[in-house]
Amino acid sequence: MEIKKWIKSLDDTEALAKVITENLFPGFILGLTGDLGSGKTTFTKYLAKHMGIQDNLNSPTFTILKIYNNSLDLYHMDVYRLENIGYDYELDDYIYGNGVSVIEWYEYIDSMLPEDKLEINIKVLGEFKRQLVIKGKGRYEQIVKDIDNRYGN
Amino acid sequence: MYVLGVETSCDETSVSVTLDGKVVLSNVVLSQIDIHKEYGGVVPEIASREHIKGITVVFDQAIKDANLEYEDIDLIAVTEGPGLIGSLLIGVNAAKVVSLNYNIPIIGVHHISGHIYASHIENDMQFPLIALVVSGGHTELILMKEHFSFEKLGETQDDAVGEAYDKVARVLGLPYPGGPVVDKLARSGKAEYHFPRPMIDSKDFNFSFSGLKSHVINLNHNMKQRNEEINIENFCASFQDAVTDVLVQKTIEAKNQYNVKQILVAGGVAANSGLRKKMKESITDIPVYFPNMKYCTDNAAMISIAGYHKYQKTKKVDDLMLNGSSRLNLVEEN
Repeated sequence: MEIKKWIKSLDDTEALAKVITENLFPGFILGLTGDLGSGKTTFTKYLAKHMGIQDNLNSPTFTILKIYNNSLDLYHMDVYRLENIGYDYELDDYIYGNGVSVIEWYEYIDSMLPEDKLEINIKVLGEFKRQLVIKGKGRYEQIVKDIDNRYGN
Repeated sequence: MYVLGVETSCDETSVSVTLDGKVVLSNVVLSQIDIHKEYGGVVPEIASREHIKGITVVFDQAIKDANLEYEDIDLIAVTEGPGLIGSLLIGVNAAKVVSLNYNIPIIGVHHISGHIYASHIENDMQFPLIALVVSGGHTELILMKEHFSFEKLGETQDDAVGEAYDKVARVLGLPYPGGPVVDKLARSGKAEYHFPRPMIDSKDFNFSFSGLKSHVINLNHNMKQRNEEINIENFCASFQDAVTDVLVQKTIEAKNQYNVKQILVAGGVAANSGLRKKMKESITDIPVYFPNMKYCTDNAAMISIAGYHKYQKTKKVDDLMLNGSSRLNLVEEN
C-alpha cells in the first residue's frame, strides 16, 4: 500500500511521528530517504521523543549506527556511505534484532533488508514543506492505513 | 606508571605507551584513510576487517618502540566508545587478551576524554578549563573543574561540525574528507556569501549545524538553476566563517560565565586553520591550546594519557566484562 502525505511544519512532523510511534513493535523497520536537509534526522528525533527516549538524538552519520537503549531500543542508522557497497553485515544484528531500526538512505542497503518494512520518501517542496510517499508491505500495510486515517494532511 | 593505550573507535588502529600520564614513549598509528577514501567515508565492516589485520602488529610495534616488554606495563587503557561498534570491539577484545595474558589491569576510556587529554601532552591542564570538542561525530562544550571531571555545558542538537563540512563538500563535488579541502579553499576565498549563524544568540551552549547545511545546499542549488557561477573559494570561506563564528562566540560566552584559566580545543576539527586563527585572535586574556596536529586525529597516546588520569581519579579498573558502546556519555565517566 502506498499513500501521499504533506508536511508543512515541525508540528506536522511531530504529529506523524507520534502516529508511527503508536504502531511500533520489536523488530520494526522504518526506511527513510530524501535529499540532504530534507528532515530525516528531525523526524527520527520526534520518533525517539515519543518512544520515551530522553537522550538528545543527533546525527548518526559519522558512526553509521547509534543505539538508544529504551523499553524498546532504537537503532538509528545512516547508511549513505554504503551506496557503492550495498550491505554491511555488522548492521544485521540490529536490523534483525528486537529494537526499532530507523535507517536513513535505506535504499542503499535494500538487498539486506526484509521486504516487509515501512518506507518514507521525503521530497523537499519549500523551506518547511515536504511531500511524503509512505509505503508498507506485509504487516506494515495496516500501519500505512492507520497513518492515512489518523494523519490528516 | 607505564600505560598502554589502545584506540580503534573508527578508522585508525593505534597503540601507544605513555609514562605517568605525560610522556609519550611510543604512538603507533595505522591509518585506513586511503582504503575508505574511495567510499566517501569510513565503512564499518571494512574498518573492522582492517583493524583485525593490523592490530597485533601495532601492539607489538608500540611495545618495541617504547623499548619495553609487555611485562613492564602497569595499566591498559582502551577506548570503549563512542564509535563504530565493530571497530571498538576489536580494540576492546585485543586489550582484554593482553590484560588476561599478562595479568595487567584494564580500564575503559571515553574517546572524547582522550581528545581532551591530547592537549595535556604538551601543555599542563589548569582548572577550571573549557574544552571545545569538535570532530566528525561531536560538537560539545565541556567544563572541567579538576582532572577527569567533565560537565557538559552544551552539544549539537543535530549534525556535528565535521559532518557539516563533509556534507557541504559533498554538495560542492569536493572529495572526502571534506574538512581539510573546504578549509584549504576557504583560505584563498572571501566570505562574501551570507550564511546564517545558527543558535549564536540562543543563550545556551548548544549548537545546530543542520540548518546551515540546508542553507548552503539550497543556495548552491538555486545558483545552479539560475546559471550563476559559484565562486567555490568564496563559498567555502563564507561557510567556514559562519561555522567558526558560532564556535568561537559560544566558547567565549562559556569562558566568561565560568571564569576559566584555559581553553582547549580538541578533536579532528581542531586542525582547521580558520578555527585556530579566529580562536587565537578572539581570545587573548587566557591561553587557548590546540593539540599538536599529530594528536588532533585519532591516536592511542591520548587514550593512554586519559586512562592514566581516569585511574588516578577513580582508583578503579574494569574487569573482563568491559565492552564497546556506540554511544557513551562522557559525563557519566566522572
